[in-house]
Amino acid sequence: MDARVKPVAASTDYLLHLADNALVLGQRNAEWCGHAPILEEDLAMANQALDLIGQARLLYQLAATRLNAEGRTQRPSAWPAGPVTEDTLAYFRDDRDFRNYTLQELPHNPGLVPAAGGTRDWGVSIVRNFFYAVLMEMVWERLAASPDADLAAIAAKSLKEVRYHVRHARDWLLRLGDGTDESHRRVQAAVDYLLPFTAEFWAASALDAQAAQAGVDVPALRADWDRAVDAALQEATLARPPAVDGWVPQGKQGVHSEHLSYLLGEMQSLARAHPGATW
Amino acid sequence: MSTQPALKDWPLWEVFVRSKQGLEHKHCGSLHASDSEHALQMARDVYTRRQEGVSIWVVPSHLIAASDPEDKALMFDPASDKIYRHPTFYDIPDEVGHM
Repeated sequence: MDARVKPVAASTDYLLHLADNALVLGQRNAEWCGHAPILEEDLAMANQALDLIGQARLLYQLAATRLNAEGRTQRPSAWPAGPVTEDTLAYFRDDRDFRNYTLQELPHNPGLVPAAGGTRDWGVSIVRNFFYAVLMEMVWERLAASPDADLAAIAAKSLKEVRYHVRHARDWLLRLGDGTDESHRRVQAAVDYLLPFTAEFWAASALDAQAAQAGVDVPALRADWDRAVDAALQEATLARPPAVDGWVPQGKQGVHSEHLSYLLGEMQSLARAHPGATW
Repeated sequence: MSTQPALKDWPLWEVFVRSKQGLEHKHCGSLHASDSEHALQMARDVYTRRQEGVSIWVVPSHLIAASDPEDKALMFDPASDKIYRHPTFYDIPDEVGHM
């Protein structure tokens, strides 16, 4: 990178997009805690959920610092009085304010996956983690050289974590795809269901212009992402469903599925019922 | 979900973790996994999540030959009255480091 590049502060909206992606998926993956197929994977999934929540905290803290520095007095009435904190941003924003991809908020066993059994399907969680981690490995790589030095530091830390997330998810994708008839059928159903949600990664929006300013042109990553995903699917003996034109999820613009408000309801209720509570 | 299939079909692995450069790998537990790569990954998540290690070995448990507990007396008791074999009668210079 050119050493003379002028420092740029990433937009707060973009920081919140990155933070919301991490927090919502972290909350989802934490739902496996105590329920994973085996003890070791219970720990693995909880470890990754904590990685994601840790990333979200750093990003919310950075966004809060910058919001406070802006000194805007006009704030949503639901927010607690006093300076904005990471908790304000995580617990006192409503679903329409969240900027995460719709992919992150889907339950582990959407009714639309006919092959899924029980209340959670490991294949759905693995496929989602894989799709997202492959993207974020490329995003964090680029943001590690961001002209926003604070964001670059968070990216450098997150990059190590996401590299492990890719390895873990890819490994399970191969095992399930190239495993038993049942595991193949279920993980293929998860791929068929979730892949269309990734269309949102590439749909240009105001947020992506802000991402480019911060150091990563996300829609331009599509060819690399496709290559990485196709190679893994092929190795896993899974088929890539044909692309569907038309509907593109709009979570990053605040238009979510019905699942996000339930997730937030569970995650935010304690903080809202007892603002500022500590233990 | 039952843990039965994993326990039935996946072999047992012994896990050794080296806590930092220069120290030896130490046995820290065991786990069931389908192959060595899987075992390494699970060992990472189970045994190094509190920064316990910088390196992991996994070994199929069935490949470890163990002494018979019944042989304890004949194997180990003869050493008990030979304290002159212990390196406690001289000072080890600090530069030697771990021994």
